[in-house]
Amino acid sequence: MENTAWEKVKLARHPKRPTAQTIIKELFTDFIELHGDRLYQDDRAIIGGIATFNGIPMTVIAEEKGVTTEEKIRHNFGMPHPEGYRKALRLMKQAEKFKRPILCIIDTPGAYPGIGAEERGQASAIATNLKEMMGLKTPILIVVLSEGGSGGALAIGVGDHVMMFENSIYAILSPEGYASIIYKDSQKADVAANLMKLTAQDLFAYHVIDEIIPESKGLHIDPDYGIKALNKALNQRLKQVTKLTIEELLKKRYAKFRQMGIYLEQGEETHESST
Amino acid sequence: MHWWRQKTVNDFLEERKKKLEEFKRQVRKKATNYEPIDIPNGIFIKCDQCGAAIYEKTLETNHLICPYCDFHFRMSAKKRLELTVDEGSYLEFDQLVTSVNPLNMPDYEDKLSKGKKLTGMEEAFLSGVATIVKIKVAIGILDSHFMMGSMGSAVGEKVTRLIEYATKESLPLIIFSASGGARMQEGILSLMQMSKTSGALHYFDEKGLLYISVLTNPTTGGVAASFASLGDINIAEHSSLIGFAGARVIKQTIRQDLPEGFQTDQFQLEHGMVDMVIHRKEMRKTLYKLLELHMDKEVSN
Repeated sequence: MENTAWEKVKLARHPKRPTAQTIIKELFTDFIELHGDRLYQDDRAIIGGIATFNGIPMTVIAEEKGVTTEEKIRHNFGMPHPEGYRKALRLMKQAEKFKRPILCIIDTPGAYPGIGAEERGQASAIATNLKEMMGLKTPILIVVLSEGGSGGALAIGVGDHVMMFENSIYAILSPEGYASIIYKDSQKADVAANLMKLTAQDLFAYHVIDEIIPESKGLHIDPDYGIKALNKALNQRLKQVTKLTIEELLKKRYAKFRQMGIYLEQGEETHESST
Repeated sequence: MHWWRQKTVNDFLEERKKKLEEFKRQVRKKATNYEPIDIPNGIFIKCDQCGAAIYEKTLETNHLICPYCDFHFRMSAKKRLELTVDEGSYLEFDQLVTSVNPLNMPDYEDKLSKGKKLTGMEEAFLSGVATIVKIKVAIGILDSHFMMGSMGSAVGEKVTRLIEYATKESLPLIIFSASGGARMQEGILSLMQMSKTSGALHYFDEKGLLYISVLTNPTTGGVAASFASLGDINIAEHSSLIGFAGARVIKQTIRQDLPEGFQTDQFQLEHGMVDMVIHRKEMRKTLYKLLELHMDKEVSN
C-alpha cells in the first residue's frame, strides 16, 4: 500500500536511516576527503572529496547529518553555513578542471538560519551555486537521500540527472514550517505534508526529478537494497551523460530546469512542466 | 474656625461649582452648534520608523520618503517604474503570464485576486524594456504589495524570459527586488524557479552583459538566494531589510536576541554583500552613471 506523505516524512527522518557517510562508504572503496572553502573555514555539514566509481575518478559532495549525538553536533545536523556551499563549489570547479563527473548527495533540513550564516552571505552563497552549477562543464548527478530542505538542498541540486530515494522528501519548507504559515499551527504538519507534494512520487509527476531509486522495505530496514539500486542507476546514468558532448550536456541541463513550473499564458493552454 | 465662616466658604464653593457646570454646559452646547468638519481618512500617514504623521501628498511628491527621518516607504512597481525610466519609453512584456493553483492549495486563488486588485497587476513582477536617459535596458520590478512579491511559477517564468530577452538582444538588465522569497503556495515548483532564474543568468553572463540588481525593502528568502544576489553590481536601497532567513526563524533556532541593525542595508554593506547603499532620490542618477560606464566606447588617440 502507498504511504501517505506524512508517513514518508517520518521515514525520511527515521533515526535508523543511513546518512551520506554510509552511502559513500558503500558506493566507493577509496573516498579521500578534501576540506575547506579556502575563505573562512571547513563546514562539516557538507563533506566532499574524490573517489573512484567503476574505475572512474569522481568528485563526491554530500550533506551529512551525523549519526551519534556528538557527530550530529559536529555536522550541525546537516545544516550548512555559506562556507559549506563555497566548499562544494570549490570542489565542483576542481572537478570541472580535472574533468571528473560529480555526485551530489542531498540530505538536509535546510541551510542554517543563524547570525554568522547571514553575516557571511547565506543568500549569496546559495545563489552563486545555482548559477555556477548550471554552467559547470562536467556531468553532475544528484541524489536526494532523505531530506531535501529548500534552498539548502537546491544549492547542491542543479545537475543533469536528479534522483530521489523512494522514501525521501524534497520541499520548499519543512511541513512544520509550512503548517505554521498556512494554519498558524506547526502541530498540523501531517496535514500540511499531504498538501505540499513533497514525496519522490509527487516530484516525479511534476517533472522536477528524473528517477526514483527503489528502497523495498526502506533504507532504515534494508539499506543494502537501496544502495545497490543507487549503484545500478549511477552506473547507467554515468554512461549516458558521459556520452554527450559538454555543449549537449549543458543545453539539456538548462532545458530541464527551464521548463519547471506551471502557469497560465492567457489565450493559450496552461503550461505544464514536461520532459 | 467659626461656624458661620465655615458656612460661607461652603456656600461659596457650592456656588462656584454650579457656575462652572453651567459654563461647561453652555460651551458644550455651543460646540455642537458647529457643523462637523469633514476629515477624510488616510490623508495623514504614520511613518513606520519615527512615528511622525506625514501628509499623504507630501509623501507622494517626496518619492514615498519620510521628510522627518528619511525612512523609505515600500513602493509599488508602477510608481518605481515611473521614477526610474524615461517617460513614455516603457514597453511591457508577458503581462498575460499568470498563476494557476498547481497544488490546489486552500485560499491561493483568493490571495491572487487580492493581489491583483491591490496592485492592478496580473502578477507580482512587472517586466519590459525602457530607456534610462536614453540608454535602452531590460527592466524588471517586483511588487511587495502582490503576495509579498513572492516568486511562483509565473514570476519565475517572467524573470527568466526577461533575462533571456536581454541576453538575446544584448541589453543591460536591471531588476528591482522586493520579495519575501519563494511562493509557499506552489511548493517545490516555486523552489525550482530559483535555479531557473539563476541558470538563465549564467548564459547572460557568458555574453559579457551588465546586470544591476537593486535590493529594496524587503529582499529575503528564495529571491535573495537567487537572482537578487547575482548582480554584477548589487545595490541596496536605503532602509531595506535584506537577508536569507527570517528574523523569527533565526531567533527560534539560536534562542537569543538578534543584534541591532541585523539584516539592514547597512549590515549587508558592512558584510560585503552589496556594493553600495543608495538613497531613493539618487537611484535613477546612479543607475544611469553605471549604465553609462558600461557602454561600448572607442579609445580616442
